[in-house]
Amino acid sequence: MSRKRVVITGLGMVSSVGHDVESTWNAILNGVSGIRPITSFDASAFGTQISASVKDFDVSPYLEAKEARKMDTFIQYGMAAGVQAMEDSGLVVTEENASRIGCIVGSGIGGLGSIEETAITVNEKGPRRVSPFFVPGAIINMIAGNLSIRYGLKGINLAVSTACTTGTHCVGLAAREIVYGSADVMVAGGAEMATTPVGIAGFGAARALSKRNDNPQGASRPWDKDRDGFVLGDGAGILVLESLEHAQARGAKIYAELVGFGTSADAYHITSPSGVGAEQSMLNAIADAQISKESIHYINAHGTSTPAGDTAECNAAKNVFGDHAYKLAMSSTKSMVGHLLGAAGAIEAIFSVLAIRDQVAPPTINLDNPDEGCDLNLVPHTAQEMAIDAALSNSFGFGGTNGSLIFKKFQ
Amino acid sequence: MSSIEERVKKIVAEQLGVKEEEVKNEASFVEDLGADSLDTVELVMALEEEFETEIPDEEAEKITTVQLAIDYINENLA
Repeated sequence: MSRKRVVITGLGMVSSVGHDVESTWNAILNGVSGIRPITSFDASAFGTQISASVKDFDVSPYLEAKEARKMDTFIQYGMAAGVQAMEDSGLVVTEENASRIGCIVGSGIGGLGSIEETAITVNEKGPRRVSPFFVPGAIINMIAGNLSIRYGLKGINLAVSTACTTGTHCVGLAAREIVYGSADVMVAGGAEMATTPVGIAGFGAARALSKRNDNPQGASRPWDKDRDGFVLGDGAGILVLESLEHAQARGAKIYAELVGFGTSADAYHITSPSGVGAEQSMLNAIADAQISKESIHYINAHGTSTPAGDTAECNAAKNVFGDHAYKLAMSSTKSMVGHLLGAAGAIEAIFSVLAIRDQVAPPTINLDNPDEGCDLNLVPHTAQEMAIDAALSNSFGFGGTNGSLIFKKFQ
Repeated sequence: MSSIEERVKKIVAEQLGVKEEEVKNEASFVEDLGADSLDTVELVMALEEEFETEIPDEEAEKITTVQLAIDYINENLA
């Protein structure tokens, strides 16, 4: 069976540094941090009081007020990114093509804020005060569901939920639907809004979060000696993936080609990385892409700013790429937008695509003193213009679930 | 203090995302104002909250128009 080529034809994003793709990308290339003190609730009793939350977001261009009211914020972000991506792609859904267009959009946690508030309601006011829209407004697959309803997408409709690898797995599995010939177009990505009291308390209890409350914009510092954990981020990223022939037949704008997808499991620990799992994920993606390692010039790292994870990923890259590891650039955009959990892989896939489009590696801000062994070109402080033929994007999640995507300049 | 009719119409408009002038007394929530079955459940909850009452499910099912909602409140709260 011949394998279909997959290209990227639409992008959409909501983040703490921009409410669309271009404003976010512009901020990223300029090293702008979206991390601020938490203002959505009183965080004074919490060890961590900072987040990369989305500020002053107006959902009205994307959703009627009546619809938005029935959706948790993570769904609203996902819908905004989904509408942006669909509009960017110029795709017209018709009766003829609808069943060949699918959607795989997930979330790491889903409607945590709605679950918290509803738990309080049921305890304080009783079960009769629970909204009939609580369940459809909080569960993880409702971005995929709502996008399909809005656009009439009648192909496969899924939400993958694999913690911090969710976005990468959604995009990779969506690509396989096209590679295998089951769909012509896939809308794929992830969304997250977990900067709630329970979310901050829970990740804090797991000792995962930075407590650099006195310097929010310096808190996410991947590979730096003084890193002390990740910063939770909110937002969404959605990509439109399309078979090359379908994109060319309709004259679509093509950003890049998605050439490789690899996965693996650590089989090691619920929260700590094994390191070898990350290597295997990258190797599997490279094998899937059928390209030389040397053509990969940029890695958008998982790079969360946790003590164990960053070093393990750096070592994994060295083991995978050997001498070439010292020639490529590897950076962490989480230094600016924080860790978006289930949306991270999706927005980082978009950053990788744009790095290829613009031939520039985005920076790792706050990398003042690289930790021992973190001696690759980690693009400290400022973006680097460079030739990028292919870019690899890594995600590693709780449970030891890994995923890597490889994008290539379209030729 | 607004009349019961005004208060009911305001809640219907808010809950169903329609303009208050569209909320005519004879309007049916489902057929005229675009509500689905979940919207009508939430609408009844909003009426319960506004008028600090409890509407049993079997009564709630019969409240299908703006006028029936006004009548129910008048009869049960008067």
